[in-house]
Amino acid sequence: MNEAGTSAHFKENVHEALTDARLQGALGFSRNFVGRRAAAVARLPEFEALRDSARAIKDHTLAHLDLYLEAYERKVRESGGEVHYAQDAEEAREIVIGLCKAMGAKSVTKGKSMIAEEIGLNHALEAAGIEPVETDLGEYIIQLRGETPSHIIAPAIHLTAKDVEQEFRRAHRDLPADRSLAEPEQLLSEARQVLRAKFLAADVGVTGANFLIAETGTSIIVTNEGNGDLTQILPQAHIVIASIEKVVPTLEDAAQLMRVLARSATGQDASVYTTLSTGPRRPGDPDGPRAYHVVILDNGRSAMLGGEFEDMLRCIRCGACMNHCPVYQAVGGHAYGWVYPGPMGAVLTPSLIGVAEGGQLPNASTFCGRCEQVCPVRIPLPNMMRHWREREFERRLSPAPLRYGLGFWAFFASRPALYRLATDVTARAMRLAGRNKGRFSWLPFAGGWTRYRDLAAPEGATFQSQWRAKSGAVR
Amino acid sequence: MKARAAVFASIRRSLGVHGDEAPRRFEVETRLEAAPAGVVPKRGQGDIPARLATFKAEAERAQASLAEVAGWADAPAEIARFLRENNCPATLRMGADPRLTGMPWSETALEILHGASDGRDVNAVSAAFAGIAETGTLALVSGADNPTTLNFLPDNHVVVLPREAILPDYESAFAKLRATYGKGGAPRTLNLITGPSRSADIEQTLLLGAHGPRRLHIVIVGEG
Repeated sequence: MNEAGTSAHFKENVHEALTDARLQGALGFSRNFVGRRAAAVARLPEFEALRDSARAIKDHTLAHLDLYLEAYERKVRESGGEVHYAQDAEEAREIVIGLCKAMGAKSVTKGKSMIAEEIGLNHALEAAGIEPVETDLGEYIIQLRGETPSHIIAPAIHLTAKDVEQEFRRAHRDLPADRSLAEPEQLLSEARQVLRAKFLAADVGVTGANFLIAETGTSIIVTNEGNGDLTQILPQAHIVIASIEKVVPTLEDAAQLMRVLARSATGQDASVYTTLSTGPRRPGDPDGPRAYHVVILDNGRSAMLGGEFEDMLRCIRCGACMNHCPVYQAVGGHAYGWVYPGPMGAVLTPSLIGVAEGGQLPNASTFCGRCEQVCPVRIPLPNMMRHWREREFERRLSPAPLRYGLGFWAFFASRPALYRLATDVTARAMRLAGRNKGRFSWLPFAGGWTRYRDLAAPEGATFQSQWRAKSGAVR
Repeated sequence: MKARAAVFASIRRSLGVHGDEAPRRFEVETRLEAAPAGVVPKRGQGDIPARLATFKAEAERAQASLAEVAGWADAPAEIARFLRENNCPATLRMGADPRLTGMPWSETALEILHGASDGRDVNAVSAAFAGIAETGTLALVSGADNPTTLNFLPDNHVVVLPREAILPDYESAFAKLRATYGKGGAPRTLNLITGPSRSADIEQTLLLGAHGPRRLHIVIVGEG
């Protein structure tokens, strides 16, 4: 079983998000990403060529995924590490909990990992009596609040500094009550101090991986805070959890992807810390983990290979699609109801948790196409959302009014003479009825539209009749 | 083992392969062996003075501070100056790297500590494996002489970088890695570090000094 979600209630979630004044205020912060990415791209003339290269590397790897996983696994074992496979979330949780229990772990620090969110690792650790400590600042904040991430690289983007201050005052009871937390620097400094003690006390560190390298058996994490590094070098054991499509052939291939990842994600030329880890502590090493485990998760991805959603497995989790999405910008990440929000989430979620649960998400698109324009690995996100909509319709999962409405429209649309007649009559009637205000605040059969906005009254004839008149005049 | 077999079976079923196809295996082995470079940005290319200039500009963009000294023996005075000017305590931790331990530290007033950090150190110094001009990035490798904890736990991290170790790009650093550790080999930890630690998780405001060093000072050693 995957971590439970509310994707099936997408419409209700959206309504809540749109009327949440605090959330609407905080969502403005994510608009900074757009300008930063554009500036970083402008500084690198090779960026478009790198996108092609990144796409080709991912496609090549996916076509040979079984062989690259075998090669990767062999190299990890050679360096003294262990590789475990999990078919689904439950198996992955069992492996991690089993390893932690075998080491007698009481506390586990965690670097930011979307796979950990996907498998619901924190709940499982708590249930096993082990304390999970999120160490990425954003993840730490939402862990205190009992929330899930609302963005894949900026998990607390739905919160303001004021929200964080309130949370720190509630959680850090042993610090003086009269301390000042008015400045973001003070919040950061307090988190650094509190988490430093947790880092030093942890028994196991769990991180995700941005890439796994088959050539060397290496896992790569990319962070700006340094939290992932403290998570993996201080405890007795480092557990990496990663999904099957994270493997790439060589160091050079990883460099191609790193060049597009940081720029697409935060607009940095390079993230502050890119760390390559290969196996456990070696003889003579003064520090580092004594055990190194990699848990490789499938959870529905292998079934996507070779099918119409295979392109989605190229995703490197930069978040550019959501940063440029008008729907995400309006409703935030939580409305999507499961782990992955935005356009990439709208495509991936139905693949991983099923179209019955996640099938509404691909409707959350205006088809403006910006997500595809900025995707570093050129995933045709709008097309794939269209595929899902077709599947949802085929499986009769869309709401009855939509199905009947489309059937009604199809009847007229496939009979051109009847269509022209009907639209002409409707346009005239609406022009007449709306001539006073120029707009309708209520219309029969269109309550879903007019509840939130007015519909403009038609000013002239239909497009088709105008076109006929115009092309007649030209001829 | 059951899960492994099931995952591989599912991958192969979806791809329509059985895994023993000679052409597929040949393609994978060839790629792993040849490690083709792909698209390498021009930005970092050039002779040593050009790479040095790019490295400095890019590292400063990432909020690192830099200094240049003529030789290894001149580094301690520069490091002492940096710590003094930033009102840091006069202690400095380092690993057993002979390039560092061989410097004339007694000419400074710094108290020198050796070995890995337990989190109580304010200052540390490391020696870099390479610099990467393209993005102003330092490459540091772990090993008996180079504790990784020094790169993350102290508030102030000083890194000594030989001028000739400034390479154009990531690909050149990986070539040096293969020359040192053998093809397919790697150090336990390779840290690629670009500027001091930071976070923008609160209202997308960039703040330095999240969990790692608040300051990163790079001392470049060598004369042109």
